[in-house]
Amino acid sequence: MRVNGAVQSLEVEPRVSLLDVLREHLGLTGTKKGCNQGACGACTVLVDGERINSCLALAVQYAGREITTIEGVATGGQAHPLQEAFIRNDGFQCGYCTSGQICSAIGMLAEHRAGAPSAVTEHLAAEAVELSGAEIRERMSGNLCRCGAYNGIVESIQDVAAGHADVLAAAR
Amino acid sequence: MTQVENRPRTGTSGPVVGRPIDRVDGVAKTTGAARYSAEYPYADIAHAALVHANVTRARITAVDTAAASAVRGVLAVITHLNAPPMKPARPVNLVNLSTLASGSSVNYLNTDEVHWNGQPVAVVVAETLDAAEEAAALVAVSYEELPATVDFGAQEPHATPQKSTAISSGGATKGDAEAALAAAPVSVDLRFTTPGHHHNALEPHATTAAWDGDRLVVHEGAQNVAWVRDQLAWKFDVPPAGIRVIAPYVGGAFGGKTMIWPGTILTVLAARVTGRPVRMMLTREGVYRAVGGRTPSTQRVALGADADGSMTALIHTSVTQIGRVGGGPEQVTSQSRHLYDAENILVQQNQVTLDALSNTAMRAPGESIGTFALEAAVDELAYELGIDPIELRMRNEPARNPIDGKRFAHRALREAYARGAELFGWSDRTPQPGSMRDGRWLVGMGVASAYHPSWQFQANVTVRLAADGTVLVRCGFHEMGMGGATAQAQIAADALGVPFESVRVEYGDTTLPTGPGAGGSGQTASVAASVVAACEKVQRTVLALATGSKDSPLRGQRLADLRARDGGLYRTDDTRGESYAAILGRAGRVSVDAAVGSDTRLGGIVGQMRFLSKFLLDNRRWVKAASGAQFCEVRVDPDTGEVRVSRWLGVFDVGTVINAKTASSQLRGGIVMGLGMALGEETLVDPRTGRIMNANLSDYHVPVHADVPPIEVHYLDEPDPTMPLGLIGVGEVGITGVAAAVANAVHHATGRRVRDLPITLDKLL
Ligand code: FES
Ligand code: FES
Repeated sequence: MRVNGAVQSLEVEPRVSLLDVLREHLGLTGTKKGCNQGACGACTVLVDGERINSCLALAVQYAGREITTIEGVATGGQAHPLQEAFIRNDGFQCGYCTSGQICSAIGMLAEHRAGAPSAVTEHLAAEAVELSGAEIRERMSGNLCRCGAYNGIVESIQDVAAGHADVLAAAR
Repeated sequence: MTQVENRPRTGTSGPVVGRPIDRVDGVAKTTGAARYSAEYPYADIAHAALVHANVTRARITAVDTAAASAVRGVLAVITHLNAPPMKPARPVNLVNLSTLASGSSVNYLNTDEVHWNGQPVAVVVAETLDAAEEAAALVAVSYEELPATVDFGAQEPHATPQKSTAISSGGATKGDAEAALAAAPVSVDLRFTTPGHHHNALEPHATTAAWDGDRLVVHEGAQNVAWVRDQLAWKFDVPPAGIRVIAPYVGGAFGGKTMIWPGTILTVLAARVTGRPVRMMLTREGVYRAVGGRTPSTQRVALGADADGSMTALIHTSVTQIGRVGGGPEQVTSQSRHLYDAENILVQQNQVTLDALSNTAMRAPGESIGTFALEAAVDELAYELGIDPIELRMRNEPARNPIDGKRFAHRALREAYARGAELFGWSDRTPQPGSMRDGRWLVGMGVASAYHPSWQFQANVTVRLAADGTVLVRCGFHEMGMGGATAQAQIAADALGVPFESVRVEYGDTTLPTGPGAGGSGQTASVAASVVAACEKVQRTVLALATGSKDSPLRGQRLADLRARDGGLYRTDDTRGESYAAILGRAGRVSVDAAVGSDTRLGGIVGQMRFLSKFLLDNRRWVKAASGAQFCEVRVDPDTGEVRVSRWLGVFDVGTVINAKTASSQLRGGIVMGLGMALGEETLVDPRTGRIMNANLSDYHVPVHADVPPIEVHYLDEPDPTMPLGLIGVGEVGITGVAAAVANAVHHATGRRVRDLPITLDKLL
């Protein structure tokens, strides 16, 4: 598999989760284990651009796929706008859910761009769904934050979705 | 082993206390670079997994480890039959507070007795995590079961009054509250219940332990690294000086990482037995079964008032549980001694003892559930009287502490309510329940008071001012997300008059001067007091160096006549002065160092005594607390009973705000946890076996994004004259009053009083 752009070839037992491969075999500990049961989202990574819970994924199923973890979301030494927005809006406290929140938000924004509706979308057939606060909260509800940094996370996603990040970056 | 790199990243000039500066660890936490306890690389690391007892009270009759040992990669299966001896739990001694920190009195794997359902009875160590977990599931333990008492509800009638000690008061009275209640023209007499809760910090408890002879390095997400060190030194009978506990990043704690629980001890034991560095992260279920939670409670609140609303009687009693193997009283009636000017008061806390794991502190232990009952009862009284709930509170706002007439160090609840009512639009509320609607949703608005006592602990700190103008603050305090390093860097920067960027703060390590534990919302104030004192010592030394030279414009000056600014000391009568770099350079010094507190053995004892005597003296003199007014708006679906919190606003009196960005996050975090307590969180215990039935994040409902509206936080921002820099901790006050504000809003929306948390939809239908 490719992880953050680099080819990784390794042999693991079929029972090993993608999460444990990242953390224990590849030393990519940015991806967190919060429940190991698919209930918290701390382990969210991107597979070919789509978000998944890596604790519920067997590593062997992902042979040949492109995995992106929090360590790989920055491009060319430039932080991802969400990373900067999280700091600006204090979208975390302890930081343990943060990698999952950021990866999940990247995946969520792509889903939204592709026109996917959510449980709170009023008109399922509408071409473009406005990314309201309620839409973001619904779509991010698989990512728990026990520190309760939800407001800052939603603001960060709103900033980036609205392109504010670029304005702010330009103003610096 | 690295210290935390703490390079602030925000460009600033001028004073920084009070500015909402971005966190110094923001980059580490948003890039995945921050390492938590299970993430330290060690060559040769082995992995451990626990075996939990599935019986409640029992004696182990046999353990079959053959199948487990046969799993490929298993290094050891450690049970009470082959574990090396450890010392039994340390007796409690108030001169050494670390003796309070043993999670339970059980000497794990050194006994054949089982004391609670979930007690670890074996630990398996293997080359891989999967092998350890597989083998742990194969350990077969046979038991002789013993009678056990596990049903909190059934034991409630047998509760006994909590005895008062120097640091915890079980009950108090003023006048004859029962008689006044009976005579009151208007009264309510109510019973409330709250279930057990679990912290559910997102990072499960994790330990990495590596021995080297009798020396030990432990990575442990802890709220008190010194307590972990001292407890482990005792258990394993090695000198504390040889143990280093490292915890720069803690993935949430909320009280759950204060005590030393079995997972920590057994990881260290596993490393001792195998001679390998060992890592163990508890499973999520394991956290519920091997780490204590918040006790359930039943509470009685009875209030009597004259027709004009003046309270004549206030009674608040509670029953909570402790484990036979540990735990402690929960100060459920704490706020009821301070909030209302009732003529007659009776508060009493009672306890039952169960064959269960020790209860433990969870965010605002006592006040979080106590404010629910008190503040919901006050709302009920307001409706009985036909008086607006805020107005009723204002009519009973005391000038002095109601129960004993002590002075308040600071009190501004009136202002908090006035500000909140205006900002929230309280005057738009029509009092009649069910009278406000938005489409098909019933709308309700509720308020409640927030209250949490403020604490200050001993903090040893060193400050080094280097000739290049940089500052290093060292203190073994803790960072679970509060922003402590950011706040202390701000404080040191202003105290020395240097840019924020030149200050580096090291914390979370027992090689540093001993800091306070993260608890009681006391860490920021405690460390701040010592940082300010140490910075002043630094300045005195610098001034002495300067005045020693005839060339210095500071010659003959006193510190009181100088200001620290622009990286140096400058006179206030004119603009003359000198940079630190110039003074140190001329004196040929590379740095000036100052220490507050001492980590010698004697220093430790002196420090603890000083803390205790200050605590007792302060307690005699005045009542100090953080407080606030919580405003909630809910929408309730009349058909399904679904409750959505649509708006939240809190106005807080927390003294000086060092950093509104991080402080607001803490307060919001408390409010969010309060929303969970109000609407979803409940540890379900099987009353036959005492086993927790929902030990996972799918069945224990913590708030998710969709449950949390934008939360407005406002401050009165007036310094508390009795606290360092006037600041009061903000970690816990946020959760207090939240469940009551929700319950009161739900009543306003629906006319229903739900007195048993959580307010789930079945209780509204
Ligand atoms: S660790 Fe994967 S969802 Fe919790
Ligand atoms: S920042 Fe701690 S869990 Fe989200």
